[in-house]
Amino acid sequence: MSYIAKPKVSHPSLPRNKLGLTARDYEGAVSTLCAGCGHDSVTAAVIQAVFELNIEPHKLAKMSGIGCSSKTPAYFVNQAHGFNSVHGRMPSVTTGAYVANRELTYIGVSGDGDSLSIGVGQFVHAIRRNLNMCYIIENNGVYGLTKGQFSASADIGSKPKKGLPNQQEPIDPVSTAISLGATYVARSFSGDKQQLVPLIKGALRHDGFALVDVISPCVTFNDHEGSTKSYAHTRQFYHHVVDVDYIPPAEEIRADYEEGEAVPVDLYDGSVIMLRKVNEYYDPTSRAAAFKYLREHFNAGEITTGLLYIDEARGEMHDLMGNVDTPLAELPLDSLKPPSGELKRILKRYQ
Amino acid sequence: MTAVNDVVIKIATVNGTGSASANGLLRKAIFRMGVPVVGKNYFPSNIQGLPTWYEIRVTGEGYQSRANRVDVMVAMNAQTYARDMAEVTPGGWLIYDSTWPRSALLSREDITVFGIPLSRMCNEHFDGARARILMKNIAYVGALAALLEIDLDTITELLEETFADKQHLVASNMEAIRLGYDYAMEHFACPLSKRVAPMDATKGHIVIDGNTAAAIGCVYAGATVGAWYPITPSTSLMDAFRSFCTEYRVDAETGKRTYAIIQAEDELAAIGMVLGATWAGARAFTPTSGPGVSLMSEFLGFGYYAELPAVVFNVQRTGPSTGMPTRTQQSDLLSCAYASHGDTRHVLLFPADPGECFTMTPRAFDLAERLQTPVMVLSDLDIGMNDWMVPEFEWDETHAADRGKVLSAEEIDQLEQFHRYLDLDGDGIPYRTLPGVHPRGSYFTRGSGHSKYGGYTEDADEYQEVVDRLLVKWETARTLVPEAEVRYSKRNKTGVLTVGSGNAACKEALDRLEAQNVGLNYCRVRAFPFDEAVKDFIDKHEVVFVVEQNRDAQLRALLVLDIDADPSKLVSLLHYNGIPINAGFVVDRVLEEIAKGRAA
Repeated sequence: MSYIAKPKVSHPSLPRNKLGLTARDYEGAVSTLCAGCGHDSVTAAVIQAVFELNIEPHKLAKMSGIGCSSKTPAYFVNQAHGFNSVHGRMPSVTTGAYVANRELTYIGVSGDGDSLSIGVGQFVHAIRRNLNMCYIIENNGVYGLTKGQFSASADIGSKPKKGLPNQQEPIDPVSTAISLGATYVARSFSGDKQQLVPLIKGALRHDGFALVDVISPCVTFNDHEGSTKSYAHTRQFYHHVVDVDYIPPAEEIRADYEEGEAVPVDLYDGSVIMLRKVNEYYDPTSRAAAFKYLREHFNAGEITTGLLYIDEARGEMHDLMGNVDTPLAELPLDSLKPPSGELKRILKRYQ
Repeated sequence: MTAVNDVVIKIATVNGTGSASANGLLRKAIFRMGVPVVGKNYFPSNIQGLPTWYEIRVTGEGYQSRANRVDVMVAMNAQTYARDMAEVTPGGWLIYDSTWPRSALLSREDITVFGIPLSRMCNEHFDGARARILMKNIAYVGALAALLEIDLDTITELLEETFADKQHLVASNMEAIRLGYDYAMEHFACPLSKRVAPMDATKGHIVIDGNTAAAIGCVYAGATVGAWYPITPSTSLMDAFRSFCTEYRVDAETGKRTYAIIQAEDELAAIGMVLGATWAGARAFTPTSGPGVSLMSEFLGFGYYAELPAVVFNVQRTGPSTGMPTRTQQSDLLSCAYASHGDTRHVLLFPADPGECFTMTPRAFDLAERLQTPVMVLSDLDIGMNDWMVPEFEWDETHAADRGKVLSAEEIDQLEQFHRYLDLDGDGIPYRTLPGVHPRGSYFTRGSGHSKYGGYTEDADEYQEVVDRLLVKWETARTLVPEAEVRYSKRNKTGVLTVGSGNAACKEALDRLEAQNVGLNYCRVRAFPFDEAVKDFIDKHEVVFVVEQNRDAQLRALLVLDIDADPSKLVSLLHYNGIPINAGFVVDRVLEEIAKGRAA
């Protein structure tokens, strides 16, 4: 984890967002990940997404667990609060924080080890609660910090640098999330910023659990011939089925869409996601259809990307719980006590 | 033993048959007669069909611990009849359901046996299998009312309160009471030589369990987030919190809630949620028991080092491992004090009864926020799930909660730069900010090495500076936690030291020993780290009997570890079979040690 701050100098001509900030203002410390790590590209995509969404840096909460991916919140949005928790437990901490303060924007960065092995329990239950957060999995199929062991997302037959190919069934976070009722499920590739940035923007603005599974190759331990999570393999086998354009609230839809090519989905805050179907038969609003398509193409060795499932109708966690709109952490304690003298009445029951 | 208001009634039933409400009725009726009373449950880890007992100690002197004797046994469970009969004190009484014959082999010459055809009478008077079973329980209450002279009007009054909107149930319950009552009056010499007589000793008191008391404490502390994973014997704490919140935390107009209870997937998540919520500024807690604390350990260490508040209730049960989930013990003292890897220490509070479960709860929230660290409240099954008579709780309406050193937006605005872990006041407690409050208040919370400025570090000196400063905070904690209760009976060199639910048995034991001219001084620790009064007490005595409910003398070990108490002075009296400790045990063991020459 880096403690090297980047110099705060930016060119006067850099574009500014509605808050008057430049993308530089959304940067973090210098990354200490390996040169060429997919995660650094995801960090760059997050910075761009948050910058373009005009999110006040200190209203963003950056949550993570343990692992290479979990280090990355230190590399973006310095002025956001960060919480680098324990291995596999980012979802519970985020659940608690969101329960206490529903007004912040929560972005969690996790890895395939953090989310699919040690933290799989918390990952699935956060989805069930429809925790309102953008949950990014930087998925490379291996453990980096402990030097290259397979993770639970490694494909059958994928070869490690040393030792025998993986023989265990992989856990696919995308189909897992869809089966558990996640309300925004996307997959992308760290090398495809054009697709990734709008997906992250949509995820940040989605009112509920938004998963963005990003194939993010590990250049040191899993980028060789025979690995199914290498740059070369991913580029060869991934394909888009649904791309998205994110359109901010009150902004006109300017792009020209062919009749029937794009389907708008309204988000709760007034923004719109335009779904551009690359495959006209794919229906990202049907769990069953999405699941079937993903499975068939997975069996064919393909990596399906895009916004693969969306449900804007289901309420997020606070709605489901029936909580007040004010963040619970901001309610004055005095307002939470029973009325004066009430204790006497309560205790009558025990006499 | 006096004949009046000193009687122990034990009721043996089968769990799942609704005997709890009948037993509660009996206990409440005695309490309403102004007579001090306590109730203890001995129940299986099971839902239906296994033996369960409820023990009511009628104690004019107001003792709270278990009596360790049974004067009147109500043997409603054929399965346990033999052992229930064996448990009756010589000269005592046994009541059984004589609808069915009992084995001639099962008899004792030294007790009186009363047969009452409870099932037959209830089958004749009530319809439906469920009603008959329930009424059979109510009928033995009626019989006990006759035998012990419990006031029928008081029973009627209680039934009317319970079934205020179901008058027909008042009538049928009274009918069952009458069946038992009349049968006993007609067939036995009522009242017994041991009986209940009205007193005026319960005014200003309540009978309540510790988990309910702690839940009321959470409501008054302003807790808004409760995350938990169900585990016996702590479950009723969250159940009670939910029920009070339904009453007091739902907006009358919008129907929206000002509290959130999250049933987590496990204790790993429950404590993670609590830490996330306190990080964001809410008052959050989790109730659990020993196995839950084991799962929470990693996060508790994180909370200690990242300096986040949390309130954890550990209602201790018998271990190790799953142990006996429905039996009591104080066997998590060490595992809680040092929960987690690395150099970690946690502040513990030890309530002795439901009264302290209430008062210590808001205090735990205040301490957790003041000290920015997890605070664990360690009660046990005996306190948490049994019915204790304690003075009515009082709430000071002027009480201002201590939210600790949290910087407001205005305060952050005055700062040139914010540094999370600087000890500006010399008390080892840094200032913290909440997310979203001010751009300059942002920092990165982490369990990895960090410097006093809050930055990541792997530098030896920077790391050590922070963990050393945490020791300064530990000493501050020592001055803030509840002080030990200390009593000097007279000048002597022997003392008794205990913790938590050991209090009731020890105090009763001290009275009994005093009556035998063995005067001992007393110290009850109320928190870890131990305050000055504890050190002073041990220093002043040559022998200190350390009374605790675990096998490995964990309290004694903590005294040695935390305040360097001289181990040669500390003589352990250990009670750890899962049944609550009683005064007789303490008396006997103290006298034994004195006989061995172990007391000064």
